[in-house]
Amino acid sequence: MEVDGMEVFAIAVVVAMFVVVLKQFGVWEPLSLEGKICDGEFELSMVRHQPEGLDQLQAQTQFTRKELQSLYRGFKNECPSGLVDEETFKTIYSQFFPQGDATTYAHFLFNAFDMDRNGSIRFEDFVIGLSVLLRGSVTEKLRWAFNLYDINKDGLITKEEMMSIMTSIYDMMGRYTLPSVRDDSPYEHVERFFQKMDRNRDGVVTIDEFIETCQKDENIMASMQLFENVI
Amino acid sequence: MAAGVAAWLPFARAAAIGWMPVANLPMPVAPAGKNKRQDEMIILNVSGRRFETWRNTLDRYPDTLLGSSEKEFFYNEETKEYFFDRDPDVFRSVLNFYRTGKLHYPRYECISSYDEELAFFGIISEIIGDCCYEEYKDRKRENAERLMDDQEDNKDAKPPNMTCRETMWRAFENPHTSTMALVFYYVTGFFIAVSVITNVVETVPCGTSPNQKEVPCGERYTVAFFCMDTACVMIFTVEYLMRLFAAPSRYRFMRSVMSIIDVVAILPYYIGLVMTDNEDVSGAFVTLRVFRVFRIFKFSRHSQGLRILGYTLKSCASELGFLLFSLTMAIIIFATVMFYAEKGSSSSKFTSIPASFWYTIVTMTTLGYGDMVPKTIAGKIFGSICSLSGVLVIALPVPVIVSNFSRIYHQNQRADKRRAQKMQKARLARIRISKQGTSNAFLHSKRNGLFSEAPEFTSSTEEDQRLNKSTSLLESQHHHLLHCLEKTTNHEFVDQQYYQQSYLEAGLQNYPSRSPSLSSRDGVSGTCCTRRSKKQHAPLQNASGPAHMQPLTQVHAHPRGLQELSTIHIQPLSTSRSSLNMRVDEPASLNCQSSQITTAIISIPTPPVTTSDGDAHLRAGPAHQNVVKVSAL
Repeated sequence: MEVDGMEVFAIAVVVAMFVVVLKQFGVWEPLSLEGKICDGEFELSMVRHQPEGLDQLQAQTQFTRKELQSLYRGFKNECPSGLVDEETFKTIYSQFFPQGDATTYAHFLFNAFDMDRNGSIRFEDFVIGLSVLLRGSVTEKLRWAFNLYDINKDGLITKEEMMSIMTSIYDMMGRYTLPSVRDDSPYEHVERFFQKMDRNRDGVVTIDEFIETCQKDENIMASMQLFENVI
Repeated sequence: MAAGVAAWLPFARAAAIGWMPVANLPMPVAPAGKNKRQDEMIILNVSGRRFETWRNTLDRYPDTLLGSSEKEFFYNEETKEYFFDRDPDVFRSVLNFYRTGKLHYPRYECISSYDEELAFFGIISEIIGDCCYEEYKDRKRENAERLMDDQEDNKDAKPPNMTCRETMWRAFENPHTSTMALVFYYVTGFFIAVSVITNVVETVPCGTSPNQKEVPCGERYTVAFFCMDTACVMIFTVEYLMRLFAAPSRYRFMRSVMSIIDVVAILPYYIGLVMTDNEDVSGAFVTLRVFRVFRIFKFSRHSQGLRILGYTLKSCASELGFLLFSLTMAIIIFATVMFYAEKGSSSSKFTSIPASFWYTIVTMTTLGYGDMVPKTIAGKIFGSICSLSGVLVIALPVPVIVSNFSRIYHQNQRADKRRAQKMQKARLARIRISKQGTSNAFLHSKRNGLFSEAPEFTSSTEEDQRLNKSTSLLESQHHHLLHCLEKTTNHEFVDQQYYQQSYLEAGLQNYPSRSPSLSSRDGVSGTCCTRRSKKQHAPLQNASGPAHMQPLTQVHAHPRGLQELSTIHIQPLSTSRSSLNMRVDEPASLNCQSSQITTAIISIPTPPVTTSDGDAHLRAGPAHQNVVKVSAL
């Protein structure tokens, strides 16, 4: 029987439709079904964290019970899961600085608070950090600041680390400033900082140099007391 | 600021300690928390239902009733609670807004009562979250339309002192206004019906003539039909002329569809009068009389169902268009396929592709006349596919049309979807503007001179009053935070406008005249025309506008820079420019308000810096080029 071109085409179409119908019934290619299961899975288990009890936190920090309660309420309101991840942290912190870009500095801040470096801040980290900042001694605060500047936590502040920190601080100012932020403003600031802090001119600032210099500077000492009554 | 974020302000402030060792200037004083009280609960009694919340929760939105001191008006001393005589159900949403920062619109709630509650509590409706905003806007639109409809219905009340012409027009448009109008209305309706029936009966075969041929009634009783026709046309002509006379805008009336149909309806008669012998042409025009039937659509104004049908078809224009388009596509495809499939068979009716169109249409609409039938196997296969797909293609847009009908029936939107998009944009713009309040608030309060370290530059009396205006504690703390950042970096936040203006100023400076021998004075002061400095600095001839022409010699900055910074008051644009900056070589009458300046960015290599300080490291530092903006006028 001669088969014309169109008839071949017609038969091909019929066969294709047959295959489609079989697929619909799941008879054809059962292997493809297993692949589909993985796609349908949604993320299980939002990680949730409950903080330690009030008493333990009270022992670890210098806050009163009521203060801890009020802190936790604010914390839980914004992060119902009990953990702050870096993205949320950046979002929250950026809202206070609408004109600039606070994400880099927030990143450093996050690392300073996230003491066990597991990528999220629990309420304990949050409250312990705040306790140092608000109720700690000046030395403790300076230590905290040093820890913030020391990005790789090796006990020394190098010029590169300070440069990153300074750039991130200047980024928070944004574009519209007077006088305008030049490209080398952070650099100069870093130079000044090192001139002041680096006693032995070895290019790095150690914790002792830092604390010693800061304790000699009245402005810094005064400003450390500034936020006593925040909570 | 968002609700929850306000709770993190203490954290942000505490973290500001990280800036302290880096800053070179002393920090501003922190705002004192007014009688620092523990977080306390307040009770809101709304029509008997008691809601309790923290005071801080309500303070998050100080520009609303509950967040400001306005709620003190509702304080009940005996019961120590705030009593509101409002709907407690809607209040739930309002209170949740404070708690979560998101305003939701409950679907069961009436839109106008919800709006009233929002207005009472001072919450703008644009804040409604995205999850509920569409619903809210739809309901609002419906409501507005219903109000408009009600207003239109009320317009039937006859205003006094109408001219004869206006009376006639109203009578034509609204038959219920007077008895005469009603009579006229029915008479015309009757004659429309008569004329239509006449046309129909004209063509019916009416007995046989002597020569055994069926004769239509029109030819048998020619005179009778002619008289009937004349009468109808006379009535219609008179009616048309009267409408033309009464129409408020004759030109518009003549352009309207109904009047065109009227004209078309009576024209054949007159043309028939003129050329009585030419039967073909007049026959064609007689057919046009069918258009008179469309007058029945004028009844639709008082028949709800017909009107809705008309609106449905009009609003479904896009769906109908889609239907047509998809049908056409399918027809062409299948016609082509069938033509080539049937090409082989002999005596095939599918002589060309357009000839196959007929088969395709008949098959797809499942009519199946059977006058064209495929004979080859391939043709039959494709023919069956064609009929199956026809059912699908037609069935798909139909539910859309149906749902449109029910939507319109429930008095839904008549506006375009485009307007909804415009409103969406406008809404986002409004939210953006209201959110800009945060950054603008800081600049605004700076303008008001909320500095505490430059007492000798206190502003004028009206600004003093603004100083005393209570900004909430939250705001003042936030401003203090931003202020600390300014001090840390020794730069100031400014508005975008001022920033551009300062560049405009700078651009008009003449750079070549600047001598390279820089004085040891720091060039902190910019030359924005909005800057005012009461202290006359020694001519800072080298302190050209954009301070980044030269490196800041910050080493000197401590005592002096502080003063300079504190002398800078950014004035609002409206103040006079007479007390403007001290530059002598300033070109006169700068139009600082013009913001349409095109700026070009050119790079100028840093001039050699000779500071008396011998800051060697400074010189080494900025070896890279600075960027300068020059305005190209």
